[in-house]
Amino acid sequence: MFQGLINALPGGISQGLMWAILALGVYVTYKILDFADLTVDGSLATGGCVAIVLTAAKVHPILAIIVAFFAGALAGIITALLNTKLKIPAILSGILTMSALFSINKIILGKRANVSASPKLTIIGRLANLFGMSSSGLDRNILTIGLCVILLAGIIAFLYWFFGTEWGSSIRATGNNQTMATAQGINTDRAKIIALAMSNGLAALSGAVISQYQFSGDVNMASGTIVIGLASVVIGQLVVGERGSFWVRLVGVVLGSLIYRLIFALAVQIGLDPDNLKLISSIIIVIALCIPTIKQKFFSNHKVGGEKNNA
Amino acid sequence: MLEISNLHVIFNKGTVNEKHALKGVDLKLEEGDFVTVIGGNGAGKSTLLNSIAGTFPVESGSIVLDGVELTKMPDYKRAKYVSRVFQDPLIGTAGNMSIEENLALAARRGKRRTLRWYTNNEERAKFKELLAEFDLGLEDRMMQKVGTLSGGQRQAITLLMASLASPKLLLLDEHTAALDPKTAKKVLALTEKIAKDNNLTVLMITHNMSDAIKYGNKLIMMNEGKIAFSCEGEEKVDLTIPFLMEKFEKTVGEALGGDKLLLG
Repeated sequence: MFQGLINALPGGISQGLMWAILALGVYVTYKILDFADLTVDGSLATGGCVAIVLTAAKVHPILAIIVAFFAGALAGIITALLNTKLKIPAILSGILTMSALFSINKIILGKRANVSASPKLTIIGRLANLFGMSSSGLDRNILTIGLCVILLAGIIAFLYWFFGTEWGSSIRATGNNQTMATAQGINTDRAKIIALAMSNGLAALSGAVISQYQFSGDVNMASGTIVIGLASVVIGQLVVGERGSFWVRLVGVVLGSLIYRLIFALAVQIGLDPDNLKLISSIIIVIALCIPTIKQKFFSNHKVGGEKNNA
Repeated sequence: MLEISNLHVIFNKGTVNEKHALKGVDLKLEEGDFVTVIGGNGAGKSTLLNSIAGTFPVESGSIVLDGVELTKMPDYKRAKYVSRVFQDPLIGTAGNMSIEENLALAARRGKRRTLRWYTNNEERAKFKELLAEFDLGLEDRMMQKVGTLSGGQRQAITLLMASLASPKLLLLDEHTAALDPKTAKKVLALTEKIAKDNNLTVLMITHNMSDAIKYGNKLIMMNEGKIAFSCEGEEKVDLTIPFLMEKFEKTVGEALGGDKLLLG
């Protein structure tokens, strides 16, 4: 079993880092904007489908990934418009877009169940070619881990900078206290549009990298995405705590995603049926979410304040 | 400078819960006026302030501030001209953000927000100076989250925020009602100082009659969505609590009871 776990490690780390991009997107909406956005369940697949279709059509994979990011951002904007302009509740707005994306993703794939690209056309294949490595086995995971580390470092640096600017600060205020934000002249509709675009762009980016790693993409690759994202965010929060600097908390999200994959790999190794994994995911989230409440109840005399304690 | 004419507000129009909250309010304020607003529950005091701030659309009438037509302007745009302090100290500030971040957000009210860093050293020094004047020891805790402060401290910060970015009108909706009497007194003194220093025009709702008499140069009493009584100048200076109570009983048609108006 132990050997099995070691063998599963490179693949698990690759998965953890690729899904960490999504988790950072979920962090933006769930923790910073305080908006439970289910769009990611569709936009991650949109990113995957767009990237793989373009790659298969011999478009440069970097360009394909960039286009995928904007496709996801567009999906986020649609959810934001449903919520802010048409006043549809946040959760329902996300569900509507997510559901619509399922059809759109099929159209992107040209009605095929899935689309594959020749490995040499993908970013992994091109990197393998560049460094004289193989695009399969351990090499494939090493390349993916390297690519993801660079991407994640860039994303964390960007988020750290962006949420320190006047714009970013307005978005944080909108998530923390919308009445206050409006009273301070912040256009909260616009704040939500920007945050949701960013979050779903990241989800699509994550999907694009996953499809490059798999050399294929399909409409079902994103099912359960929101649960994975949330699990990473809450586990990360448990690991690094709430008080750390903003970038520490972002790194915590990445660690959360890795730990989640580790728990997952362990569950498979001890012989749990893969069909039960979603049940396990939900249980992990429930446990992670209720630990602070239990701590509060049994280990401290502090009363929980009336205010939301996000971000 | 503020000109409200024939303002009507109807909530839940066309339903069984329809409420005609403002029934033709006319109000004219001069620059630097400090107006206290009193009235029973449901008289329309908060509705009046909220319609000036743009929280909800009005049925008819107009609100013009310094020649700027506010009637149909969205609330976040009105914030450039109108700043506010709420009754609940938690509402005026972002609890998860630091004192400095809250002040920096307020300093950019009505200005174009950019991708520059949320504040700068020059501004930090100015905030420190302003906070020091409050004498609450907050100037050395600029990076502390506002959520860790007391209600009075949060209200003081909200007040300071409301005075930044030179608004024309300051709306105070019972902003001391949730504070203990000692803190309330301190916050009211700060309010007067800030209004004076910045030459702000102020509309202040209060449940405390003696405060309504003590502060400001004008007083209006509201009842059933209308201004029932108003006075200013000498007349305002000579106001007494018994006189106001009698006036109130006459207009409302019932004796003052319960917590409708505190005598302070």
